[in-house]
Amino acid sequence: MSSSGPEGPWARHSRYALPAGAGILFLAAWEWAVAAWNVPKFVLPAPSLIAAALINDGPSLMQSLWFTTKVTLGAFLSAVATGISLGVLFTLNRTLERTLWPYAVMLQVTPVVAIAPLVIIWVGFEKLWLALLILAWLVAFFPILSNTTIGLASADHGLKNLFELYGASRWKRFRYLQFPSALPYILGGVRVSGGLALIGAVVAEFVAGSGTATGLAWRIVESGNMLNIPRMFAALLMLSVFGIVLFYLTMWLQWALLHRWHESQVRREN
Amino acid sequence: MPMSETKPLVRLAGIRKVFSNGTEAIRGLDLDVRSGEFISLLGPSGCGKSTALRMIAGLGEPSEGSIDWPSSSYDAAGRPEREIGFVFQEPTLMPWATVFDNVALPFTLKDRPKGDVATRVQEALAMVGLDRFAKSYPRELSGGMKMRVSIARALVLRPKVLLMDEPFAALDEITRFKLNNDLLALWEKQRWTVVFVTHSVYESVYLSTRIVVMAARPGRVVGELAVPAPYPRGTDFRTSQPYNDLCRNVSEMLDRAMDADPAM
Repeated sequence: MSSSGPEGPWARHSRYALPAGAGILFLAAWEWAVAAWNVPKFVLPAPSLIAAALINDGPSLMQSLWFTTKVTLGAFLSAVATGISLGVLFTLNRTLERTLWPYAVMLQVTPVVAIAPLVIIWVGFEKLWLALLILAWLVAFFPILSNTTIGLASADHGLKNLFELYGASRWKRFRYLQFPSALPYILGGVRVSGGLALIGAVVAEFVAGSGTATGLAWRIVESGNMLNIPRMFAALLMLSVFGIVLFYLTMWLQWALLHRWHESQVRREN
Repeated sequence: MPMSETKPLVRLAGIRKVFSNGTEAIRGLDLDVRSGEFISLLGPSGCGKSTALRMIAGLGEPSEGSIDWPSSSYDAAGRPEREIGFVFQEPTLMPWATVFDNVALPFTLKDRPKGDVATRVQEALAMVGLDRFAKSYPRELSGGMKMRVSIARALVLRPKVLLMDEPFAALDEITRFKLNNDLLALWEKQRWTVVFVTHSVYESVYLSTRIVVMAARPGRVVGELAVPAPYPRGTDFRTSQPYNDLCRNVSEMLDRAMDADPAM
C-alpha cells in the first residue's frame, strides 16, 4: 500500500468508507441472492422489502420504539441513581455492605427471565411498563453498584495521607478524593449498564408476552407469529440502531468527563 | 537572644515505634528540630527515617516517647497547631484537577476564607516557577514539574515546617540538582524549617545545616554532623574540598553503622 502515514487522508476516510462500502456490497449481494434463488419472503425477505416495511409500518413501529426507549432509559437512569447511591452507602457503612451485598449478588445472578413472571404478577398487567422497567433495572444496576464500590475504595494511598494531614472532613474526603477516583470505574459500569438495560427491557417484554406491552420486542414476537418477516427485520433494525445510539451516548459521557485527565481517554504518540 | 528562640520547634524524645507486625522501626530516637534549620535525616532504607517524618506530621503515633511542639500553641482539641507542609516521595497530585486546584487543595480542605486563595496559589506557583501552568493537568507535566507543584502545594499555607520525604529520589540527576538549587534559594529567602529525608549522602551535605545519620534494624541515630558551609551554595561548594571531606565523614559514619548490621 502506498505510504500516506498512519493518519493520512486514506486512513481517515477509510474509517467510514470501508464499513459503509462493505455494508452496501452485502445488501446488494443479499438482494441479488434472494431473487436468484427465489427465497420465500417469510424465510428471508429482500432488503428492499424490509425497507418498504420500515416505511409502511413506520408510524406504529416508532410508537413501539418510543415505548422501548422509555422502559430502557427509565431502567438505565434508575440503575445509575440506585447503583451509585447504594455503592456510596456501602462505602460509608461497612456493616450495611456486609449485610446487603449477598442479596445484591442474588438479584444479579438469578436470571431475569426466571423472575419476570413473578414481578409481572406483583405489579399487575395494567402497569406492565412498570414491571418491565423493574426487570430491566434489575439487570442494569449491578455493574454500577460493583464498580462504584471498587472505585470508591481505590483512591491513591498517598493522596489519602495528604487528606488526613490537612484534616479533611469525611464529606470533603468523599467529594474531592473518593468520588473523582471512582469516576472512571463508575463510568465503565455505566457503559455496561446501558447495554444491559436494553437487553433487560427486551427480554422482559418477551417474557411478558402479550397484551398491554407494545414495545419493539413484542412487535418482533407478533411479526414472527404472523410470518411478517419483513416487519420483524424492520423492528430488529430499529432495536439495533437504538442500541448503537445508547452505546455512543455512554461513550460520549465517558469521554466528556474524563478526557482532560484520565489515561483511558488520552491519545499518546510514542 | 530571647528564650523562645532557643526552644526547639519540635522535640522528639525517646521515640520507639513498633509496627503491628512486630517490626521495631525506631528505637530510642531523640531529636530537637530548631527553628530555621535545614536538617536531613540520612540513612539506608528501613532505618525509620520516613516513619519518623510521618510521626512528626501526625500521620501515625509513636509506640513510646513523645513528640512536642514547645513553641507552638495548641488548639481546642489539644493538638499542636503544627502548620506543616509535607512533600511525599511521589508528587501525589490529583490527576483530575488542574495544577491550580491541586495547589489550592490545602485551602479547600481547611475551610479558610476564600478571599485571597487565588492570589496565594498564584504566588506559590510563581515561587516554584510554574505560574504559567496553572490551568494544566498533572499528566501534561514532566516529573520535575510535578514535584514543583507538590512543593508549591506544601508551601501554599505558609507553614513553619516543611517535611520532605525523599522528594527528589525518583528524578534524574540533572533535574534533581536543579530542584536542589531552587529549593535552597527559596529556603534562604523564606527560612522555614526543613526536615528532609534522603538516602543520598551528597544531597544531604549539599542542602543541610545539620545531618542526622540513622541506621537500620532497629532504626536509630548513629551520629550527627553540622554542615558549617555558608549559603548560597552552588557548584563551587559541590566541587570544594570541605564538601568532599563532609561527604567522606558522613559515608564513614554510615559504613560503621552498616558493618555492625549482620543483615547488610
